[in-house]
Amino acid sequence: MKKAYAPGLGTATALAAVLALTGPALGDPDDDALVINGETEIITEAPAPEHMEYIDTIYSGWRFRTDETQALELDDFDNPAMLAVDAAIDMFGTVEGAAGESCASCHDDPESFAGLAAHMPKVDEDGKLVVMEDLINECRTDRMQADEWKWNSLDMQSMVALIGLQSRGMPVDVAIDGPAAPYWEQGKEMYYTRYGKLELSCANCHEDNWGNMIRADHLSQGQITGFPVYRLKQATLISRHNRFKGCIRDTQAETFKEGSDEFRALELYVASRGNGLSVETPAVRQ
Amino acid sequence: MKTTSLLVAAGVCLAGAALAGPPAPSDVVYEDGAVAMSLTGVPGDPENGRSIMNKGAGNCIACHEVTALADLPFHGEIGPMLDGAADRWTEAELRGIVANAKVMFPESMMPSFYRTDGYIRPGDAYTGKAAPTPLEPLLTAQEIEDVVAFLMTLKEE
Ligand code: HEC
Ligand code: HEC
Repeated sequence: MKKAYAPGLGTATALAAVLALTGPALGDPDDDALVINGETEIITEAPAPEHMEYIDTIYSGWRFRTDETQALELDDFDNPAMLAVDAAIDMFGTVEGAAGESCASCHDDPESFAGLAAHMPKVDEDGKLVVMEDLINECRTDRMQADEWKWNSLDMQSMVALIGLQSRGMPVDVAIDGPAAPYWEQGKEMYYTRYGKLELSCANCHEDNWGNMIRADHLSQGQITGFPVYRLKQATLISRHNRFKGCIRDTQAETFKEGSDEFRALELYVASRGNGLSVETPAVRQ
Repeated sequence: MKTTSLLVAAGVCLAGAALAGPPAPSDVVYEDGAVAMSLTGVPGDPENGRSIMNKGAGNCIACHEVTALADLPFHGEIGPMLDGAADRWTEAELRGIVANAKVMFPESMMPSFYRTDGYIRPGDAYTGKAAPTPLEPLLTAQEIEDVVAFLMTLKEE
């Protein structure tokens, strides 16, 4: 793979130097540390995993947000995503569907899922790449005989958040070799594809230009360690695939759908770019 | 419809340009990344160019800072600052850069504003849906001329 050409970078650095004379430049991630509830340390900066060729250090998106937005993640009482998590705790014990079962009938406690989110997505016994939403819907349809949840529904994303929360603080470590390898290659290919009439790839924005402003937005590295995230702009929990879709739509492209195999593969690849950062679910973003 | 375009074409001829309407994007002739001939023969309107720099299909300041547009909020830092662009480049070069920057700067992140082929999953503006065919360029030929006319006002010397 060829390095995406990034001529803007040198100039932008020069520009940042000029700005530094006149006022504080935004630019790089800040130096703040994220400790949630005064106890859970979140790794927001780590050496890039070996498979990444063009980035040395990876950062959580949290490090690029304003102090006000950052503050909402410091204490779960201030984190607006926690309402949804509480609702998911109730759903966990609620019987639904023809089989007369709840999640708790098989899994007793959400805590039994500690560690799971740090290793997702993964390849299942049938050789298929699955993400958390797939595991949840499989339980709902096959074991509970209940209706499946829609990808972006609040019920689904609340449950993804509750299960993710059980791994909060643990370093992400998704497998990219063995049966995962072909999916990972597919996701990587997508990451470097310049989609749409604006011809922009994920890498153009999140690899070549992280730290720079694009119009009013301070570009992060596009990590998914905080997902589902509570987006203040939308005042609800946003799924990973919904974020991918929004970013591709912004390149004036025909997007892919939430729950498509393309987005599963892209999720695996993007997750692997976060190997070493903590699971931060549920994060808060602007 | 037909009558109008004939009238426009007639107007262009009267204006002295040897064009029967704007060239299709694929017919535009680039020389070292520059386009010598006006795409329409109609002088660009710098005021309209200014507003294209800000919004809609242009949105140039998503990536570029321009002091002359300091009244508009939020300029990006992706591309070079455009102050003095008319000192650095000729009109023909600016036309080439705006029409298809990838001829002057291969693989540039800058979108090609007057091109209709070679896209991967082109969409219908920001709807996320497939673009209707045949594809329209991001900016019309006259809009390109308007933006170039605005860029020609960016002089520092
Ligand atoms: C035109 C620029 C652009 C492109 C192309 C782009 N993004 Fe983004 N992306 C943004 C902006 C702006 C944000 C919001 C600021 C931020 O968090 O970086 C964002 C945010 C994100 C986030 C949320 C990060 C967080 O911490 O909340 C993820 C994940 C993401 N992008 C992934 C992707 C992926 C995957 C692709 C390619 C399919 C992509 N982006 C393509 C501009 C872009
Ligand atoms: C997505 C980012 C992006 C957008 C949008 C964009 N540009 Fe650019 N532009 C760039 C980059 C990056 C360069 C540097 C050229 C290169 O790639 O080497 C550039 C270079 C230029 C240059 C030459 C700069 C110089 O001073 O040497 C001009 C002029 C220019 N752009 C004008 C425009 C205009 C006018 C628009 C809108 C109609 C526009 N750009 C939209 C990214 C962008």
